[in-house]
Amino acid sequence: MTEDDADRIDRNRRHFLAVAAAVTGAVGAGFVAVPFLASLKPSARAQALGAPVEVPLGSIGPGEMVRVLWRGKLVFVLRRNDAMLGSLAEGLDNLRDPNSQVVDQQPDYAANETRSLRPEWLVVEGSCTHLGCAPLEDFQPRPVEGWGGGFFCPCHGSKFDLAGRVYKGVPAPSNLKIPPHRFVRDDLILIGQDSGVA
Amino acid sequence: MGKFNVITRLAGAVVLLAAAQSFAAGGAALEHANIDPGNIASLQRGARNFMNYCSGCHSAKYVRYNTIGKDLELSEEQLIENLMFNAEKTFEAIEVSMPEAAAGRWFGVAPPDLSLIGRAKGADYIYSFLKGFYVQSESPTGVDNTVLAGTSMPHVLWELQGFQRAEFAEHTEDGVTTRHFEGFEAVTDGSLDAEGFDEFVRDTVNFLVYIAEPIRSERRTLGVWVLMYLIFFWIIAVMLKKQIWKDVN
Amino acid sequence: MARVEAEVGKRPEGMSTLEYHVTKYYAAKSFNWWYVFGVLAFVVLAIQLITGIFLTMNYKPSAEEAFASVEYIMRDVEWGWLIRYLHSTGASFFFIVVYLHMFRAMLYGSYKKPRELIWLIGMLIFFVLMAEAFAGYLLPWGQMSYWGAQVIISLFGAIPVVGEGIVEFIRGDYSISDITLNRFFALHVIALPLALVGLVFVHIVALHEVGSNNPDGIEIKKNKGPDGVPLDGVAFHPYHTSKDLVAILVFLMIFSAVVFFAPEMGGYFLEHANFEPANLRATPEHIAPVWYFTPFYAILRAVPDKLWGFILFGLSVVLPVFLPWLDRSRVKSIRYRGWIYKSALTVFVISFLTLGWLGVQPAEGVYVLMARIFTVIYFAFFLLMPYYTTIDKTKPVPERVVYHG
Repeated sequence: MTEDDADRIDRNRRHFLAVAAAVTGAVGAGFVAVPFLASLKPSARAQALGAPVEVPLGSIGPGEMVRVLWRGKLVFVLRRNDAMLGSLAEGLDNLRDPNSQVVDQQPDYAANETRSLRPEWLVVEGSCTHLGCAPLEDFQPRPVEGWGGGFFCPCHGSKFDLAGRVYKGVPAPSNLKIPPHRFVRDDLILIGQDSGVA
Repeated sequence: MGKFNVITRLAGAVVLLAAAQSFAAGGAALEHANIDPGNIASLQRGARNFMNYCSGCHSAKYVRYNTIGKDLELSEEQLIENLMFNAEKTFEAIEVSMPEAAAGRWFGVAPPDLSLIGRAKGADYIYSFLKGFYVQSESPTGVDNTVLAGTSMPHVLWELQGFQRAEFAEHTEDGVTTRHFEGFEAVTDGSLDAEGFDEFVRDTVNFLVYIAEPIRSERRTLGVWVLMYLIFFWIIAVMLKKQIWKDVN
Repeated sequence: MARVEAEVGKRPEGMSTLEYHVTKYYAAKSFNWWYVFGVLAFVVLAIQLITGIFLTMNYKPSAEEAFASVEYIMRDVEWGWLIRYLHSTGASFFFIVVYLHMFRAMLYGSYKKPRELIWLIGMLIFFVLMAEAFAGYLLPWGQMSYWGAQVIISLFGAIPVVGEGIVEFIRGDYSISDITLNRFFALHVIALPLALVGLVFVHIVALHEVGSNNPDGIEIKKNKGPDGVPLDGVAFHPYHTSKDLVAILVFLMIFSAVVFFAPEMGGYFLEHANFEPANLRATPEHIAPVWYFTPFYAILRAVPDKLWGFILFGLSVVLPVFLPWLDRSRVKSIRYRGWIYKSALTVFVISFLTLGWLGVQPAEGVYVLMARIFTVIYFAFFLLMPYYTTIDKTKPVPERVVYHG
């Protein structure tokens, strides 16, 4: 074996070891990053505070709505009266997604004409799908304007009907989100959890 | 001669130190708790003991029930039925129903939160404390404690342990009289024999030490992996260093 | 002044920053393992900065919430316990590494001409580090946090006339309170780290101007090859970096062993009493500062007078600053010094360690006597240095570094 050969072997060996060290170090750095990034996730307290909330329905009359907070997010619980329910079948051409086909916006059990478990009760997140403002209720129908009643976002003028379906020609791209929920009893709804039903 | 004196005193200090530290707690020497943090059954019994005998007055407000359930291998049903007397939801912390102000009125001081007592005082201290109640008629609770004299905590475990009397020996040196704890003598029997009571207290202490740092066993497991990785990396680094330094002479 | 200017040489034409500080920075090939502690201090600084940022995301600097927020980090935040243990262990290791780094300088005379400036900046770093550690120690708002801060801040009350005013000024209140905690938080997470990082930068730049010392205390720049590279030097990268990597990994093994298997380190890194929230009505039975302050604390307690205790305490911290001028020896390295300096340094190390141990013992009986004896030794080491380093017989220093490849 000449000196050159020995030299070459050494160089190869050094190269191999340098790469091995770099790879090992990179893998280690990757593992170290995990706890730091994971620490940014909602903590046990955030999860506890974000637990499902119960909403008693007994005191909500037809046509009335209550606002509740679930995980710090605004949720509307609207008891639709017959007129309101009737309006849902009208003017579907003006809506962007009348049949709730955008999957992420509701659980399967709310992907129907009324976007609800029970037609009377609409449970919808009060967060405009444009940039997150809280829409205002405007339940008074004004047929002249083509308005059947619904929600209006004060920030950028997006409009939604009484099932939270977005109108065409407004900045919001999709229907208001329906949170997971279920009826514990006829007069008690649980928002944030739907296991065991649907 | 003077120099020699200093040296002997210094040597004496080193010996004294060893003696002094074993009696750091003050009064009676502490008994060894001999807990086994890996013993899940013991922790489960300890949890039950805590909920039945401690949680009426003491909170553990940094500890969530579901953490205990997971670590002690309890199902949600077991957790709710056996441990959760003051709470409805498993993610809640162990709060106490007694308001702090009222507690202060009844006991003179509010019973402390026990989340961290295992780390603040150590297993041996709590073990000796829980076993150290003795009859003392002048005290408002009727008992005093060999570990924490004048404690305002009553003898909660009297049904199990019974009552005992503490024997003290008086000792006068240089005109100063000190009391040394000699031993206990049972006055009334409890429902548990001495051995059974020791086990009961040991399980409870084990649980208190566990809730002081629930992550303990996980961090040790992870530590083994981290060290194995570092040793592997170190071997490569040593080889690389040797290779690179070959051309230095 | 002329010498300082001479030290600050110009960077050679056309050399990039990376070349200047890394690939073409030449340090003696004869570095031994004492020379890794600078890099290790840098590693610990990085650990503290990163974990500190993440702790800040969940810590609440208020007397009401601080203690609970630390437990929140330890229990509710995913991996929060690891981040917190890394930070608390890092604090202690920072001092271990820095003390060893300083001891290296004393072994090989690294503070001596022409490196006085580097030593001065280093001492400034040490002072800022002490302040940083002290401020940080209050933040968990446990019993030791509170009463430790109470004792140390009260020290300033020993200053005649203005003492009480200064104490109130530091606390911003009539006792240590929410206000004190809040300002210590600001100092700990912004002001002092900024100063620390800035000083470390200057420390390294100053070092790279003069060049590193070595175990023989020889200026390797005096013997350059035809290419201008010091004959006894090797490039920082890849030679010293590959060596430092080995050291860093050994360090991380020890560090991890503590973090994962003994984060309390028997009550010295995390003190038992600090697991109880601050109680303004009761001082813990045994109160001592964290271990890294105990040598100086023992000196404070050795003096039976409040003002003189404070003065000697302050002096003991500040005296090392003057080492470059106290040390009159013609040689730098311990290798070529005589028996007098070797004995003096040995006795100094023993006294420093013993004082550290005494600082956690109760201040009574024979401990007080011991503390007094070792305080005298501690000061004698510095104050008599101009004398004994002058009379000490030195050995001839070789032309080139001693290296057994």
